[in-house]
Amino acid sequence: MDFDLSEEQRLLKDSVDGLLNDSYDFEQRKKYGAEKIGWSKAVWGKLAEQGLLGLPFAEADGGFGAGAVETMIVMQAFGRALVLEPYLPTVVIAGGFLRHGGSAAQKAAHIPGIIDGSKTFAFAQLEKNSRYDLSDVSTTAKKKGDGWVIDGEKFVVLNGEAADTLVVTARTKGGQTERDGIGVFLVPRTAKGVTVKGYPTQDGMRAADITFTGVEVGADAALGDPANGLPLIERVVDEARTALCAEAVGAMDESLKITVEYIKTRKQFGVPIGSFQALQHRAADMFVFTEQARSMAMLATMASDFNDAKERAASVAAAKVQVGKSSKFVGQQSIQLHGGIGMTMEASIGHYFKRLSIIESTFGDTDYHLRRASEAGGII
Amino acid sequence: MDLSLTPEEQAFREEVRAFFRDNVPAGIKKKLSENRHTTKEDMVEWTRILHKKGWAVPHWPKEFGGTEWTAVQQYIFNEEMQATPAPPPLPFGVNMVGPVIYTFANEAQKKHYLPRIANLTDWWCQGFSEPGSGSDLASLKTKAERKGDKYIVNGQKTWTTLAQHADWIFCLVRTDPAAKKQQGISFLLIDMKSKGITVRPIVTIDGGREVNEVFFDDVEVPAENLVGEENKGWDYAKFLLGNERTNIARVGMSKERLRRLRELAGSTQAGGRPILDDPKFREKLAAVEVELKALELTQMRVVANEGKNGKGKPDPASSVLKIKGSEIQQTLTELMLEVAGPFASPYDIHGDDNTNETMDWIAQIAPTYFNYRKVSIYGGSNEIQRNIISKAVLGL
Repeated sequence: MDFDLSEEQRLLKDSVDGLLNDSYDFEQRKKYGAEKIGWSKAVWGKLAEQGLLGLPFAEADGGFGAGAVETMIVMQAFGRALVLEPYLPTVVIAGGFLRHGGSAAQKAAHIPGIIDGSKTFAFAQLEKNSRYDLSDVSTTAKKKGDGWVIDGEKFVVLNGEAADTLVVTARTKGGQTERDGIGVFLVPRTAKGVTVKGYPTQDGMRAADITFTGVEVGADAALGDPANGLPLIERVVDEARTALCAEAVGAMDESLKITVEYIKTRKQFGVPIGSFQALQHRAADMFVFTEQARSMAMLATMASDFNDAKERAASVAAAKVQVGKSSKFVGQQSIQLHGGIGMTMEASIGHYFKRLSIIESTFGDTDYHLRRASEAGGII
Repeated sequence: MDLSLTPEEQAFREEVRAFFRDNVPAGIKKKLSENRHTTKEDMVEWTRILHKKGWAVPHWPKEFGGTEWTAVQQYIFNEEMQATPAPPPLPFGVNMVGPVIYTFANEAQKKHYLPRIANLTDWWCQGFSEPGSGSDLASLKTKAERKGDKYIVNGQKTWTTLAQHADWIFCLVRTDPAAKKQQGISFLLIDMKSKGITVRPIVTIDGGREVNEVFFDDVEVPAENLVGEENKGWDYAKFLLGNERTNIARVGMSKERLRRLRELAGSTQAGGRPILDDPKFREKLAAVEVELKALELTQMRVVANEGKNGKGKPDPASSVLKIKGSEIQQTLTELMLEVAGPFASPYDIHGDDNTNETMDWIAQIAPTYFNYRKVSIYGGSNEIQRNIISKAVLGL
């Protein structure tokens, strides 16, 4: 039983924190967000230079062979700084698909571009009616010769405009909600028949709705088993959820810090408002919620080593429940304790609230995961 | 980061689990499962069993009967004890006055009192709270005047748990009325058989008699019963209260209750199916499970830290354990009440001493729900815990 970071992990944490301290304050973030793609290529280059983009990949593939704890460290730091760059879709999700399901040729074709920062990815999964159900897929991939033809519509694809390659879930057979018959395909964003409609998101990033009309790709586009890709998708999405839990904990840490700082300095009735017990107790509850979320983010992180797939999934679901509840409480109360100033675009706290709110409804909200944990037969 | 126990720790858990499984008297185990109160005889019997094994006071220094377990082993021991369930050793001696005595008392006191605590020769109770001094403990008024080789004690203590069984009481008394609040308080050990002590029961809303008022009317206490220095009692009290917060999360106990809740919900019908199959109930169950899992992890983090930073300093995060631990315990009693439904109403006329095997499990559900409102009040109310977090952690 050990919750400490190893020497190497602490160095990693120091290096990410250092990089973000230097280049990611609130004003800098505004500039990065104002760029056309919604994030900074310069920052992305720095992440590559520090080796962060290669962390989870095997050494044989040019990476560092790091594990889930390292991803947690990075995502927590990103949460504290509200990082906009597409680490989640590129390194965590596309990286996860390549590591767990990619052929040697696919790994060789795509991983080096991720590691050196020259290529980014997006995960085209959400559909109009699928909501959080990963097996609800109506986009189709039909066999044509050796290759495939993809038709369908995907929504709220994070980094969808800027990505070089889209990781697309599509049905190769069966009905809309059948577990069997879902494949995963690597589709160049510029392929003929791909239409990308980009827009800003509530939490300051950019996403896109993407239409695939008779998009032809080769046999090498299929990642893993095109007839039975759901277990792979579930595994990778659980890793994405775990990473989001860590990001949320970082955002909660910073929200609490900013809020406590504010109520220590803001004076009313001649005293700092933090001297009022009603506010102190609210802040104490924010601390309790944050610590409970941290514990569960750690559980989800360590669950990636659990042998039992069911236990692993239940742990991630439970973590997402706790993190969702905590995010909501900490986010809302941060605004409340700030009062009017918390309502302004100018203050950073509202941006944390917005990111936390969007994380809650990404890859399953609290109710969805509560049901999942319940259906798994409990987690105690 | 690693959640798993070492092979040695796993072996230790097996050993502890087997010991509890084989040695807790069946009658005692049944009472605990059904939330009935154990008797004094039950506690003495069980403490002697633990003592014989050498596990009655595991966290004490070795010379006084401790085991020198690591923080993780101590944690495993507590968890398994609660999960069995087995009665926790009487806290007033083992966790409260015992550590004060071996840390601050003189050699003669250590030699006399500690062995008698370890095998429950002496039943101790705690004389801290007073009618006017609850969360504001330092405002206490019970006074002890030094006359020759004696103290003369006058005043009243309250909420004194199980004082009706007690042989001794450890008290905070005011020895210097002129001194500022926290100063002028001393830590005194008083024989409950002393002339001038009256114990009066306080019946709680569940109908139980756990707590009492204790009156002191010109009680003579030998001066040698003072612990440490006169007027330094507040320091010893703070030390004691710091120890009280450890293990307050009761994760093991809540796990046991959760198992029982599932069992009862599985065997109770509503609308032609077990309540356990009702999706709404299942989600409530899952919600409390998530909370409990998070608490377990938070507790493990505190324990793992304790092992590293050395004992003695309470982690401010232990306030999280108290708040969430008590809330979860209360939620579980609430869900039990929900499962019992209209059958929770009949009052258990046979009381705690009932040993009738056919007595329905349901009789204790409502009293337990009522009784468990206490857990967010005692040991520093949850509002006091929030004060601690806001001051010690957040610096407000």
